[in-house]
Amino acid sequence: MQAELLSVRDLSVSFVTEGGVARVLDAVSLSLAPGEIMGLVGESGCGKTTLARAILGALPANANVRGGALLFDGRDLLTLDPSLVAEQVRGRAITFVPQDPYSSFSPLFTVGDQIMELLRWKSPGRRAGERSWSRSRRRADRERALALLRTVQLPDPEHLLRKYPHELSGGQRQRVMIAMALLPEPKLVIADEPTTALDVTIQAQILKLLRKLATERGVSVLFATHDLGTAWEICDRVTVMYAGQELETAPIADFFRAPMVPYTRLLLDSLPSSGSALRGIVGDVPSLVSPPSGCRFHPRCPRASDACRADHPAAHEPEQGHQVRCHHPHLQPAGIVAA
Amino acid sequence: MRLLAMVARRAIWMPPTLFGLVLMVFAISHVIPSDPARVMAGENAPAEQVQALRHKYGLDLPLPRQFLRYVGDVATGNIGTSLFTQRPVAEDLWARLPATLELALYAIVIAVVVGVPLGVVAALRRNSVLDHLVRVVTITGLAMAAFWLAILLQLLFSMWLGLTPVQGRIDGWGPDPITGFYTIDAVLRGDWETLGQSLRYLALPMLTLALPAMATIVRFTRAGVLNVMSSNFVFYQAAMGIPRRRVVWKYILRSALIGTLTQIGLIFGNLIAGAVVVETVFDWPGLGSFAVNSILQSDYNAIMSFTLFIGVVFILVNLLVDVAQAVLDPRGR
Amino acid sequence: MRTLRRLIRDRSALLGLIIVAALVLAAVFAWPLATFPQDVTNYDPPHRLLPPSGTYWLGTDRMGADIYSRLLFGARITILIAVVATSLAVLIGVPMGLVAGYYTNRVSDLLMRISDVFLAVPQIVLAIAIAQTLGPAIQNVILALSITYWPFWARLVYAETRSLRNEVFIEAAVALGASPLRVMALHVLPSIASSVIVRTTIGMGGTILVAAALGFLGLGPPPPTPEWGRMIAESRGFLPQAWWYATAPGVAILLVVMGFNLLGDGLRDVLDPRLRRGGADAS
Repeated sequence: MQAELLSVRDLSVSFVTEGGVARVLDAVSLSLAPGEIMGLVGESGCGKTTLARAILGALPANANVRGGALLFDGRDLLTLDPSLVAEQVRGRAITFVPQDPYSSFSPLFTVGDQIMELLRWKSPGRRAGERSWSRSRRRADRERALALLRTVQLPDPEHLLRKYPHELSGGQRQRVMIAMALLPEPKLVIADEPTTALDVTIQAQILKLLRKLATERGVSVLFATHDLGTAWEICDRVTVMYAGQELETAPIADFFRAPMVPYTRLLLDSLPSSGSALRGIVGDVPSLVSPPSGCRFHPRCPRASDACRADHPAAHEPEQGHQVRCHHPHLQPAGIVAA
Repeated sequence: MRLLAMVARRAIWMPPTLFGLVLMVFAISHVIPSDPARVMAGENAPAEQVQALRHKYGLDLPLPRQFLRYVGDVATGNIGTSLFTQRPVAEDLWARLPATLELALYAIVIAVVVGVPLGVVAALRRNSVLDHLVRVVTITGLAMAAFWLAILLQLLFSMWLGLTPVQGRIDGWGPDPITGFYTIDAVLRGDWETLGQSLRYLALPMLTLALPAMATIVRFTRAGVLNVMSSNFVFYQAAMGIPRRRVVWKYILRSALIGTLTQIGLIFGNLIAGAVVVETVFDWPGLGSFAVNSILQSDYNAIMSFTLFIGVVFILVNLLVDVAQAVLDPRGR
Repeated sequence: MRTLRRLIRDRSALLGLIIVAALVLAAVFAWPLATFPQDVTNYDPPHRLLPPSGTYWLGTDRMGADIYSRLLFGARITILIAVVATSLAVLIGVPMGLVAGYYTNRVSDLLMRISDVFLAVPQIVLAIAIAQTLGPAIQNVILALSITYWPFWARLVYAETRSLRNEVFIEAAVALGASPLRVMALHVLPSIASSVIVRTTIGMGGTILVAAALGFLGLGPPPPTPEWGRMIAESRGFLPQAWWYATAPGVAILLVVMGFNLLGDGLRDVLDPRLRRGGADAS
């Protein structure tokens, strides 16, 4: 078993909202090995973005971490001084690729300006807290940036640096974002639905590019998405979340071939396939202010029992590498193949 | 070159708007029931004199021809003759312009220099004591009648405390004119005593004009900064660990300033409105008091000329603001 | 209504609502509430310029009339001018803006050019010109204010209608065969309704300020009408001794305008979900 790069243990996060306290993450656990691309899959509202932000340390002001640990490279990020985390971890060992590349740039400055701004603080050659940014290092950084921009398949990077964000296409912007995420030479890249805002034709290109670069550099990626097809393209392993709880973690092939947790099966069933009618999952996503007890899927689950109402079970591993948190997992293969 | 194209694209709307303005002023001034010629000649003047005056100013011509004559006059800079003094109004307006400009410029500088940082800080420390205080002050400032504020300040600082003079622009004569701005001219001539004096006289009128403008600026700057703070790029910078102070100063301030610039047009309009009443209260010899005196004397011509003049200035200022915005915001290019 | 309840929960909006209600009550019940109701027209020279006391709550003015009572009757003037002028401006400007925004022909361009001409001059300057021409009377003030205010509404509604035109639900309505009038009235208008309501409320405050300025300059309703702006102008000759004479009407204006502004802000927070400061998003 490889040493884990990231280990989330029983992390609980709640938000203070107008309607009450929303328990957005409920004792979520997750682990990621170095160089692994992990998909975080679930519907809107399942908590994947919150989990991503929690790992980044960029939760909104009304969020409270209620318990658990966030072990990165051996240290618990939750116990460290936040400003230290901001300076030494964020933008260095852990970087971020956002969902909407357009609004993630400032419209008033050139792309080059914003890349250099990042490098000024997060250049790998620079020690944390160092004040000066010598001319030689600046030049070196600029060369690295240009090289990386070429690697993400952006032609004529010098010209690109002088452009404003609104002058680029969506695909180009996201490639720049990927380049910026890799410039500080991180160990972990957190990507929050990075292809959702893009045209379908561009999506596949970006996904392939991200996978290629990550594997080449041995960088781990935590890839949050609601689209199972996207996860299939790029991920080594997948974790499924529902209403703030993680339900199943498996290698990608096992996940699609033989999902065990009822929710996952229903989710895969609901993927449109030619020839058959659309199928949804009965019921609605629950409120996070007053969520169902125990396993939060139990009101909609065809296999629910009293045990499910009572508690959300700890993870157990019916098969090698395939973990479930369910009282009644399917142990036989499903017989359905996802498109 | 692109700048020129930008200016041209916006300036092309000026002539039709100016023409419409002239037409509108002409239309309003011909609703008057009374006879301007008679007013000019006086109540007891003989009929021939009135008729002569009427002929002199073309008031006996049919309306469309009068309008054409008016357009011609305006184009050559003759925007009307005062019914009271029988002199061209344009002369009076030009003579009084520096006084109002000096007042307005100082007011706007104070409003921006104090208002923008205040708005930024209030937004950054949202819901703090400072923020609430700022909001109370702005809400009050925007609800006050400018002329009332002027009278209150006059009451407090001039009449009760005796700190500033009650009225006027200067005691005696101002410095020998170069620009027409007393403060600048005093500095240019090395006349420090006059400088001090004129600043004392400027204090209250400037403050009265600045406060409502400042309230507007604080309000919009605060809203602008809050807006930017919740934007995705600020989040991205935070997520990548870029120091917050840096993000605030470099990115947020820029966005906020551009937003404020948009409001300058609006603020300038309020400033002119305020100038009218503030100059009256402080007996400041500018355009505003000219307008009010004309009202008191029922000098319709002067009022119309004043309206036209202000309209033209306003159109020009808005054009300038438009261009400045286009220059500063790359998205507009 | 649910919106009303939500409005009341916002403290500053509640304050605004109370102030506006107080204004209406003062105007309606001026007779019973006034201590010297006859002072609207009667003079009492021996008692002129008295400071506030038990008899004269806010002092007396240069004619010996009780300022408090005159303020109450002045509330009628204020409300009348504010409501009528603003309503006229909205009733003219909104339909104009709708039509100009919906169509994209030369007529709509012309309409907007006309609005621009009016907007080229600051409102008060133009209002002065019009009021001066027509003479000091309350109906002339209302006319001057509404003529200078409708273009603002036309522009506003024009801009909003233009941006809505590209929305899918409008396209859908047109595709289903709705006539332009129907689309404008039943689809566009409800979408912009909350914006209009909010700005109308705030606009009342602004109108009151301009009306007071006109009164201050002598262009408002003539004496003995107890218009607040004029009262302040009258007080100037008697300062600094008769400080109450200048202060009382000014505070009245301040409170009333503040009330409308607070109410308008509160309405904005309640009515327009897009502008509401959101809670956390938990996805």
